[in-house]
Amino acid sequence: MNALALTWEWLTDPASWTGAGGILAQSVAHLRYSFLALLAAALVAVPVGLWVGHTGRGRWLAVNAAGAVRAVPSLGVLFIAVLLLLPRLRGELAFELPALIVLVLLAVPPVLAGTYAGVQATDPAARDAARGMGMTGTQVLRLVEIPGAMPLIMSGLRAAMLQIIGTATIAAIVGLGGLGRFLIDGQASRDYGQMAGGAVVVALLALAVDIALAAVQRLVVSPGLTTAGPGR
Amino acid sequence: MGGVAWAELGALMLRHLYLAGVPLLVGLAVSLPLGWLASRVRWLGPPLIAGTGLMYTIPSLALFILLPLVLGTQILDDANVLVAMTIYAVALLTRTVADGFTSVPGHVRQAATAMGYGELRRVVAVDLPLAVPVVAAGLRVAAVSNVSMVSVAALIGVSQLGSLFTDGFNRNAMGPIVVGVMASVVLALLLDATIALLARLLTPWLRRGVPA
Repeated sequence: MNALALTWEWLTDPASWTGAGGILAQSVAHLRYSFLALLAAALVAVPVGLWVGHTGRGRWLAVNAAGAVRAVPSLGVLFIAVLLLLPRLRGELAFELPALIVLVLLAVPPVLAGTYAGVQATDPAARDAARGMGMTGTQVLRLVEIPGAMPLIMSGLRAAMLQIIGTATIAAIVGLGGLGRFLIDGQASRDYGQMAGGAVVVALLALAVDIALAAVQRLVVSPGLTTAGPGR
Repeated sequence: MGGVAWAELGALMLRHLYLAGVPLLVGLAVSLPLGWLASRVRWLGPPLIAGTGLMYTIPSLALFILLPLVLGTQILDDANVLVAMTIYAVALLTRTVADGFTSVPGHVRQAATAMGYGELRRVVAVDLPLAVPVVAAGLRVAAVSNVSMVSVAALIGVSQLGSLFTDGFNRNAMGPIVVGVMASVVLALLLDATIALLARLLTPWLRRGVPA
């Protein structure tokens, strides 16, 4: 049987979808790890990015961190984290925690760079007008800079999420659950159908999450930033 | 170094450079006409840029595994990795090239037309050189991300610096992994610097302080 038929057979077999290790359960696990990591990264990176953008301090770090992390191969970092932490942890956490830490670490720089760039890209005239109206620094940040930064914050979050979903996939090699299991286990047992079927599912999941975040972006970005005003 | 012989490290670095570098050149060659089209044909721009950009959402391991289905290759074939990396390069570069062409000031274009430049000659001799800084910036991002992403191919058994990660992990040895990570970062930085240097050489007017 050829590879395409094997893949189709695996994907259409109800047994592949249900059960503890099925596609549905692993999709949920994959999404859970991914959103958890994105949330943790955003909780660190967004406030720091806003602070850097608002005060202009630490600009160098915000700009270069994203580029530097891009150069680091995530597979290598994953293995290093596991070898360092595994002897110190017990139980199921021993496999999950190192991978989750790496997911968060790799997601922080793109969110940080996006948030910083977003604040920087806020229309200076709007910022000056806000100050002229008597707004305090915090009010300028909350009412002008954050809404103005929203498009770039969201693109930072989307870039980070793609990185997280991809890295969570390869993290199956160190024992993390999720859709990567099918790719890694399928290869280990020379089951091409499972391997390629899992790859199809994870590609669709990544696409769906990106589209969902794009929809969120449309909701949270002020219409005043996307539609051309009378002055343009 | 770190339990890795120099000869082996050199060979893996060359393989790594080949698997990441060739797709960069092919990707640029594909993106130049695509990005030009996107910047030139108004209705084609957004779908073309969004469409190529979507390819970037596919996790690399998934793409390495799926390409044999599309190409009819064996899973261990270098072609899968080369094509996957080319796809990622095109996904990043099409937008950049379109931005680069859009960044060329309208009056410059009009001046070239007034001097009797035809469309094709103007694109090659005027628009393209002026787009170099923007295109080079995108190419540097694509180069660095390609170099770090190629290492994932070790999981499907295609050898390059990522093989040091899997070897080290399987033997519970930190040395090879650290050496591999460092070599990969060095390779990314070298490629990045090379592109920056080439872009500088291609845009001498920027150094003389004459506004483009």
